[in-house]
Amino acid sequence: MKADRCTADPRGVLTGTHFIDGDHACCEGALAAGARFAAGYPITPSTEVVERFAARVPKVGGTFIQMEDELAASITLQGAVWGGAKAFTVTSGPGFSLMMEHIGYAVMTETPCVFVDVQRGGPSTGLPTLPAQADMMQARWGSHGDYEIIALCPNSPQECFDLTITAFNLAEEFRVPVMFMMDEVVGHMTEKVVIPPADEIEITPRRHTRKSVEDYLPYGTNGDGVPEMAHAGEGYNFHVTGLTHDERGYPNMTPPVQDKLVRRLQSKIRNAADRICLFEEEQLEGADVVVVSYGITSRVAQRAIESAREMGLRVGKLRLITAWPFPEKKIRNLAAKVKAFVVPELNLGQMVHEVQRAADGQARTFAVSHAGGGVHKPEDILKVIVEASKCRIV
Amino acid sequence: MSDSLVTEITNAGNPVDAILRTDRMPHIWCPGCGIGTTVNSFARALIDSKIDLGSLALVSGIGCTGRVAGYVKLDSFHTTHGRAIPFATGLKLANPNLNVVVYSGDGDLSAIGGNHLIHAARRNIDLKVICVNNLIYAMTGGQTAPTTPGHSITSTNPYGTFEPSFNLPHLVEAAGAVYVARWTTFHVRQLARSISEAFKKKGFSFIEVISPCPTLYQRRNKLGDALDTMKYYKEKSKVRNGSPTSEAGLTMTGEIIVGKFVDRDRPDYGTMMRAQYAEALGDEYVEQDQREQDRMEHDRTENDQPEMVCS
Repeated sequence: MKADRCTADPRGVLTGTHFIDGDHACCEGALAAGARFAAGYPITPSTEVVERFAARVPKVGGTFIQMEDELAASITLQGAVWGGAKAFTVTSGPGFSLMMEHIGYAVMTETPCVFVDVQRGGPSTGLPTLPAQADMMQARWGSHGDYEIIALCPNSPQECFDLTITAFNLAEEFRVPVMFMMDEVVGHMTEKVVIPPADEIEITPRRHTRKSVEDYLPYGTNGDGVPEMAHAGEGYNFHVTGLTHDERGYPNMTPPVQDKLVRRLQSKIRNAADRICLFEEEQLEGADVVVVSYGITSRVAQRAIESAREMGLRVGKLRLITAWPFPEKKIRNLAAKVKAFVVPELNLGQMVHEVQRAADGQARTFAVSHAGGGVHKPEDILKVIVEASKCRIV
Repeated sequence: MSDSLVTEITNAGNPVDAILRTDRMPHIWCPGCGIGTTVNSFARALIDSKIDLGSLALVSGIGCTGRVAGYVKLDSFHTTHGRAIPFATGLKLANPNLNVVVYSGDGDLSAIGGNHLIHAARRNIDLKVICVNNLIYAMTGGQTAPTTPGHSITSTNPYGTFEPSFNLPHLVEAAGAVYVARWTTFHVRQLARSISEAFKKKGFSFIEVISPCPTLYQRRNKLGDALDTMKYYKEKSKVRNGSPTSEAGLTMTGEIIVGKFVDRDRPDYGTMMRAQYAEALGDEYVEQDQREQDRMEHDRTENDQPEMVCS
């Protein structure tokens, strides 16, 4: 079933030009996307998202509940989704760790929802008030079992607004949890955010079934591998389980059913990767070196890239807006044409390994790592760009 | 007895078939297990109290009792271990018109889910919680639970337990539940009646059902088979409605205090929330149901696809 299109409910949309931080912009994005339910647990540096939601949502008809912990928040929102709401939760590192089991539950039960992670330094309590980008692999692999999710990385308050809407739309289109991977700097920086009129905001509605009770198969699919959904209380008497299940939603713990289900959950995302993978590119044509970055680091990298160009180097920019599914094809195609990739990130090496894997030996890959707590100095990235541009193709 | 009568009885089926996913039978529970008995009482309560099954949702956690969700012909959710209550909380808040039942075991609700149990009772979320207490983790092979009575032999306390156990009615009363009852699987009618009563309450209701696990608890503790356990329940249960829950603790072979312990009223979470918002926000407050109506109107007037679920 192809998702129908509609536009945002104007009551959730604060049309106008605002001067707000990324956390607040994320909240406005969620409201514009139609989210009317959030469950959360306070954690720095993400709490402002739900604080604003708690203030705004009673005026637009919805609910915020502060739960007793992140384990609860991450499943309460899923109950709300099956009750008919668009729902999300917001957290940071330690809370994100606690939510992992329920990311798996959302994948397995195909519950469309959004998990916002405003990344801070880790491991453990780490740096509660300072940035990192070290949850990128956790977002991809943190829950047990084989699965695919979608993860987006905004690099400005404006994108916190715009891409939160995209996150909800993708969640509905693919019936998958979408990770919204902010970082402390993006969350707390204040910039101009333009919120368009509601009728200019495209919203992907729920894939609600129109089938009769008799004809409805809760996990039956056709074409794109995404089943239609029903909500509790509509008379469908459907069953939802985290156990391996058949098309009726009934537990069936046999290898053939496991194989069919897990492969479908994976392929519904992988087959649409080209459409899901968003990126911003600049001067890739003829580049010797391509800087691959995302989130706040992309803004520091921009400075380094411009300095390198001033030095006469041919440097391209590839900013990942979608981190997962990883834009493998894009990197592979570039790798055939460039000498090297430079990957700065606020961790000791996470997405860089994906770049290296996709490059598959056709181009060299250089990490510019940073343990978090601040952002890179542009000159540190520049140094590696200069080094990389001297390298010979292997 | 004539042949025709035999035929008639056979064709009659189970009186609670309407509530069951008969296409999923046989179930996984062991012979002598009490969970099926509780489901029978639950189904009878639904039929007797003429609950609208279309607006009833059932949420289970993980474990033997967690499988109840898979056997009832309702909108049913088999969630993660310990998290049936928070899932049910989201379901209820997103659609306050739903009757939401949480049906799970003692380990699921009071150990891994213990935090959610007390907070849901404190908030007085409008949920009906049925806790089948078999005094053990049964699905995983008979390990000690927070409810296992002292000196019991379990697979993880092979020399006998020594931790004090939870008295669940006392716990949930202290946390704020508006309705608290306990029965055993011997008390099938009383249990059904309590479930029916709970449906009439608005707020957090908790019904504990003491249930045998002949495979793992009774056997290891040399307490006989399922029939012996029924005799024990019959002989040692004392019906004490209104009994202080502090006196309702369980031992391995002692008295079992049963009955309706708590039946009180206080505003539930949804009522408190709406009142607070209305007071603080006045006309600015948009109730969720109002929003639904507005949205449907919005869709009718401004959208080409009136059937579309679009918020």
